Amino acid sequence: MTERPPGRLEAVLRARRDNGQKLLVPYLMGGLGEEWPAVLEAVAAAGADAVEVGIAFSDPMIDGQTIQEASVRALAGGATPERVVASLASADVGGTPLVVMTYYNIIARAGEHRMAQSLAESGVSGAIVPDLPADEIDSWQAEAFAAGLDTVLLAAPTTPDARLKMIAGKASGFLYAVGVMGVTGERTKLAESALEIARRCKEASDLPVLVGVGVTTPEQAVTICRVADGVVVGSALVRRLLDGEGPDGAAELVGSFRKVLDAAFSTA
Amino acid sequence: MTALGDLMREPSPSGRFGEYGGRFVPESLVPACQELERAFRLAWADPSFRGELDHLLRTYGGRPTPVTECHRLSEELGLRILLKREDLNHTGSHKLNNVIGQALLARRMGKSRLVAETGAGQHGVATATAAALFGMECTVYMGAVDVARQELNVFRMNLLGATVRPVESGSKTLKDAINETLRDWVATVETTHYCLGSVMGPHPYPFLVRELQRVVGEEARSQCRQVLGDADPDIVVACVGGGSNAAGTFAGFVDSGARLVGVEAAGGAAMGHGIPGVVHGMRSKFLQDEEGQILEAESISAGLDYPGIGPEHAQLGDAGRAEYGQASDEEVLAAFRLLARTEGILPALEPCHGLAWIVREAGRSIPRGSAVLLTMSGRGDKDVALVLEHSR
Repeated sequence: MTERPPGRLEAVLRARRDNGQKLLVPYLMGGLGEEWPAVLEAVAAAGADAVEVGIAFSDPMIDGQTIQEASVRALAGGATPERVVASLASADVGGTPLVVMTYYNIIARAGEHRMAQSLAESGVSGAIVPDLPADEIDSWQAEAFAAGLDTVLLAAPTTPDARLKMIAGKASGFLYAVGVMGVTGERTKLAESALEIARRCKEASDLPVLVGVGVTTPEQAVTICRVADGVVVGSALVRRLLDGEGPDGAAELVGSFRKVLDAAFSTA
Repeated sequence: MTALGDLMREPSPSGRFGEYGGRFVPESLVPACQELERAFRLAWADPSFRGELDHLLRTYGGRPTPVTECHRLSEELGLRILLKREDLNHTGSHKLNNVIGQALLARRMGKSRLVAETGAGQHGVATATAAALFGMECTVYMGAVDVARQELNVFRMNLLGATVRPVESGSKTLKDAINETLRDWVATVETTHYCLGSVMGPHPYPFLVRELQRVVGEEARSQCRQVLGDADPDIVVACVGGGSNAAGTFAGFVDSGARLVGVEAAGGAAMGHGIPGVVHGMRSKFLQDEEGQILEAESISAGLDYPGIGPEHAQLGDAGRAEYGQASDEEVLAAFRLLARTEGILPALEPCHGLAWIVREAGRSIPRGSAVLLTMSGRGDKDVALVLEHSR
């Protein structure tokens, strides 16, 4: 299944992981606010190992209120897959890998082949499609591989071991460990399930394992990274953007995660 | 393409009906869908489960529902019209068939809480009823627009002990209620069963709900034979939102010679204007724009206000075994009055779509003298206030 060299996303994350660094992947919504490309560039410069960029969908079923609100605003602001992808092509992210996150209907409507090609041509190196589970991934993955894109897969606390193996065998880029049973959103308390699923993913796979959903503070990220290889920070960042902060505020948040993670896991 | 003889049987192992169906849900929900499929298959093959379901549907639900021959309406239209009276079920619609089955299944799986989406409120009321009957907790998600136009059903659900959560996101109707119910279920899946109300969503729901509604078509088939002197109706008609009463009805007639017709709301005609896509866990046909954003359906009847359709209907339509027509709000209101005046039945606005199509096609694509079965999927008490508003 993964009889191909890893894509650039996976190569970059693996190299940094193997170098002892913890991985930080912030999420932002494409088309949220006019200066969102500047936010993307600022976040990349503030120490992100990769940046996840959402393409808004009208019916984001796994997302909580923060990302839902961001989707509504992005769509109202005229965000389309084409415009978002075009902005990615022209953004200066200094070589930071970009991962697009969107729902499968956006891909199906464009056509899997066309979407994979257009993402790759715009410099994107991976995709996360949360409503496309491992059982349904094959036709998209064939197109993604052909275009050189990694396809990140989710593993959930309820995923049984045998299934986790199957998912790990199909995933590329990184393994996205869903830290808590629930929708995306900030959580004040770190779920025990986050550490447990991170541990199980690490056992099942050699891929970089990043925990997402519910990662809100740098301190939580440190706790998670005692087991996992890194974290995805979504709603905590998007909340700031919804509250009106721009590139500086976004960079400040990402920078604070970077600093605390690096200090806690210093290899020096 | 699927051979006609294979239609409305088992979906493929991945839950496909032809190219439609499947299980497009986040990983967090995949194990729950798998567990539900296993539990359903075991239960459905278990005579004690089937016996208990049958007993409840009879002694609590009021099955079998009759088939009524409509003499005055038939005369007016020049047809022979039969109604399958699902409006006479407890709670007033066919929805009870499904929820009693799913509540029994939930209990068997050790779940203590039901969540459900509702449009018109019929499925919400039915779920709240089953929850009360089995002593389960119940939360029903309902679009804020629907909460406003179906106030009485909200009160009914409250009386039955359910919590109704108005959904303010998106178009604030059925599709958004489904999103919100899925979001609840992701967080509560250990204790909670999602009691989905139609033949839609991720596998196994389209299959499971069709099987639980099959009783409608099977009863109707043998009842029609009694009325029609051992013959099947020429045409079998049912309204379609997600399509559960139509799926249950068609399941009883798919291997007959009857012409099968599903009727959609003109403002929510996924078969009429939809494009294949993947939403709410299934590949089917959806009203959507160039980019794949889902459009808002618009209909006088909250129960048909859905921009998609169950995957098996998409297959039946593509295979040419069923056809899908449309009815406008005006035609529907006229049909409502017609049935009330000629037969003394106040129908729900949803099945009035089927009747409106029959009225329009009588003497056109329906030859005079044809025997036509219409599934009267629900009673109209919930809609009387709305009809009053429209008659001013």
